[in-house]
Amino acid sequence: MKIKSAKSRVTLQNSITYAIVLAFWVFIQIWSRTGQMTSLFKGLLVPICTYVILAVSLNLTVGILGELSLGHAGFMCVGAFSGAFFTKAMADAIPSVNVRFGIALLVGAAVAALFGFLIGIPVLRLKGDYLAIVTLAFGEIIKNLINVFYVGKDANGFHFSMKDVASLNMGPEGEVIIKGAQGITGTPKASNFTIGILLVLLTLIIVLNLIHSRTGRAIMAIRDNRIAAESVGIHITKYKLLAFSISASLAGVAGVLYAHNLSSLAATPKNFGYNMSIMILVFVVLGGIGNIRGSMIAAVLLTALPELLRGLNNYRMLIYAIVLIVMMLFNSAPKAIEMRERLFDHMKKKNRKEAA
Amino acid sequence: MAMLEVKNLSISFGGLKAVNDFQITIEKGQLYGLIGPNGAGKTTVFNLLTGVYQPDTGSILLDGVNITGKKTIDINQTGIARTFQNIRLFKELSVLDNVKAGLHNHHPYSTLEGILRLPRYFKVEKEMDQRALDLLKVFDLDKEADYTASNLPYGKQRKLEIARALATKPKLLLLDEPAAGMNPNETKELMDTIRFVRDNFDMTILLIEHDMKLVSGICERLTVLNFGQVLTQGETADVLNDPQVITAYLGE
Amino acid sequence: MSFLSYLINGISLGSIYAIIALGYTMVYGIAKMLNFAHGDIIMVGAFTTFTVVSTMGGNPIVGILAAVVVCTVLGVTIERVAYKPLRGTSPLAVLITAIGVSYLLQNVALLIFGSNSKQFTSVVTVPALKLADGQLSISGVTMVTIISSIVIMVVLTTFINKTKIGQAMLAVSEDKGAATLMGIDVNRTIAVTFAIGSALAALAGVLLCSAYPSLTPYTGSMPGIKAFVAAVFGGIGSIPGAMLGGIILGVIENLSKAYISSQLSDAIVFSVLIIVLLVRPTGILGKQIHEKV
Repeated sequence: MKIKSAKSRVTLQNSITYAIVLAFWVFIQIWSRTGQMTSLFKGLLVPICTYVILAVSLNLTVGILGELSLGHAGFMCVGAFSGAFFTKAMADAIPSVNVRFGIALLVGAAVAALFGFLIGIPVLRLKGDYLAIVTLAFGEIIKNLINVFYVGKDANGFHFSMKDVASLNMGPEGEVIIKGAQGITGTPKASNFTIGILLVLLTLIIVLNLIHSRTGRAIMAIRDNRIAAESVGIHITKYKLLAFSISASLAGVAGVLYAHNLSSLAATPKNFGYNMSIMILVFVVLGGIGNIRGSMIAAVLLTALPELLRGLNNYRMLIYAIVLIVMMLFNSAPKAIEMRERLFDHMKKKNRKEAA
Repeated sequence: MAMLEVKNLSISFGGLKAVNDFQITIEKGQLYGLIGPNGAGKTTVFNLLTGVYQPDTGSILLDGVNITGKKTIDINQTGIARTFQNIRLFKELSVLDNVKAGLHNHHPYSTLEGILRLPRYFKVEKEMDQRALDLLKVFDLDKEADYTASNLPYGKQRKLEIARALATKPKLLLLDEPAAGMNPNETKELMDTIRFVRDNFDMTILLIEHDMKLVSGICERLTVLNFGQVLTQGETADVLNDPQVITAYLGE
Repeated sequence: MSFLSYLINGISLGSIYAIIALGYTMVYGIAKMLNFAHGDIIMVGAFTTFTVVSTMGGNPIVGILAAVVVCTVLGVTIERVAYKPLRGTSPLAVLITAIGVSYLLQNVALLIFGSNSKQFTSVVTVPALKLADGQLSISGVTMVTIISSIVIMVVLTTFINKTKIGQAMLAVSEDKGAATLMGIDVNRTIAVTFAIGSALAALAGVLLCSAYPSLTPYTGSMPGIKAFVAAVFGGIGSIPGAMLGGIILGVIENLSKAYISSQLSDAIVFSVLIIVLLVRPTGILGKQIHEKV
């Protein structure tokens, strides 16, 4: 009996999460139809979806696997470049932009998963802050390497170089697809809000179903007590790598979505640097570590907040910083928690008195 | 054939012989006690048996299978499960999920089947629920199945650890101070439970314990460990009356 | 000869990283937190000196002292207001708060000084040293940086090993509970650690901007991260480790800029960090910790 009620509670909670996403979609549709939405906010819709996917997928690493990663933007970067590269390179072979975009999403997810797997092998042997700094290092290395990476295509096929365009040795009709620090230009703008929302739903389904399955249980068992997990026969490395790769692959999907929302894609400290990784981590922590719905909502609010504060101009990032500090203190400081509880008790008592 | 046969087991940490030339033979179905003063190396023996540490010398045979030098996971799959002196539950998982984590290798379905919620997911999860609930019932924990493990009172946490260990379907169960922190009533209840597990699960049990009432009450044979070495071993009554053992515990 | 000159410049850059890393590692050792805002203290120090010297026309010595005072006060205040209330809670909560503080400092600087980079006037007036018939030239800033970092390291080591408060810092980093029982005022010790770390960051800021004179609100960010890497590299929590890590990092960075690729120098630095951590998971001089079962 107990179990059934626990199960249906999980189902209910998950359904609420999906319903929130659908409601958000409907709300945005109505808002944009009535013509009240500013173009700035319209421009934020796809990024919001991107950040939600990033936050939810990072929560899989930080909250469910329990390892602090500061390199999530690196996987996004890998996904973005491999996805956009595919779309550009296959322009002749597959004329339909949408089909190419669909396959690009799979390519981005697969390449990011591969990177997650390869990076995970050394990284997951480390612990705590050491693991955090190494993920940060990998993120920066990826960004740096992309910036010196040149790929071109001509009649003879693909040419690679880590130096410059000239050393690609391409035929005269060839086209340079990845141009070092300039990145990829001319990616078709195939992303839109509805596709973004669909990908958010897909991410949520994958992550939530994973958590409430045998695999998720094994991952959380490792998080809660590695030695005990080993003692009941759970393969530590396998499940750590699995969680890390799935998390990376979803970040890759977010990257492809991001890349197909821009006409030119370049790896800068702003979009794929450690600052981005930290921003995603902020969503996860503010939304509640391990709380998937929370990180989703935090991602939406914190992405929209600076825009909503645009009237305040130069002060908006300052306010953002203060909000962040105050919220952390309010959420986590023992004194603040105590104060909140006292206030809560007080209100309860008052209600009871009024009822009596 | 003996269920567990250990010979010449030794390990040292930085020059200190933590366990030296340890040997033990446990027959199938026996309830066996490992006792000794604090720091004698009892938990180190458990860590050697379960592959947490690799021995410097010696051999470990479980039901005829050589498990010396194997990894914890493989040893668990060969048939040794354990509990820990300082309780190691999956704190943030529910009581039920703790046991289901123990069932991990016996009720498999793939990650993909889990994510896609294929029919096998529902079927296997249902089996797991049933099996886990049955185990929890043995320890009178079924009403708390839904609780977060860390919210259980201390005595029940110890029981849950045993239930989780049993879920892995071991041949040999190692209990590290199962009665630590329990009051006399709880200890008595625990003794009944341990006997019940032995009888109904067809289990061989090796336990470390300081509570002499429990040791003399349920253990059939004892090994006394002192300074990493076997001081004496034999029938419980004989061992407890051995003057050597009394000296080891009380000092000269 | 050019190799020697790259090497010396690398040691100089590494000395700056080492000074910043000292602050990181001391705070980590004592408060067990990654103070992500530490890099931005560097920037505040540099802007303070800039304001005193370039805007107000003050003496460089006054500028440096002002930077040290401002940063010390700032560091202690940040600890008191933002970190102390969170002591004992999840390390992630403290980390995110530190990130918030970092954003705050950057944006306050942005409001005051704008985003255009300022030309920092070097506080060092020592002439360059020419050796080997002028083939090898060592700039004044380089010499001053290396010498000051040696002085700082000697003074700091003496302070920690010889003074009561230094010993208290060691005790608190070893075991907070036991230190309290021994009558050590943990709060005061942590405040002193932040004060020292921030004062060092101020000096690092002045040295950094004397060597690389462009100053923006984001100037401290990357050196902060690099110093953090240096601290981890050497074994976080270890003071000699931070010094060693900083210098090695600076040398690797400069040599790879000179001989391999300036675009890839960061990637090379980070790769070396990864390799070191894979061989020694707690850094070069870090303590190995074993989990007891």
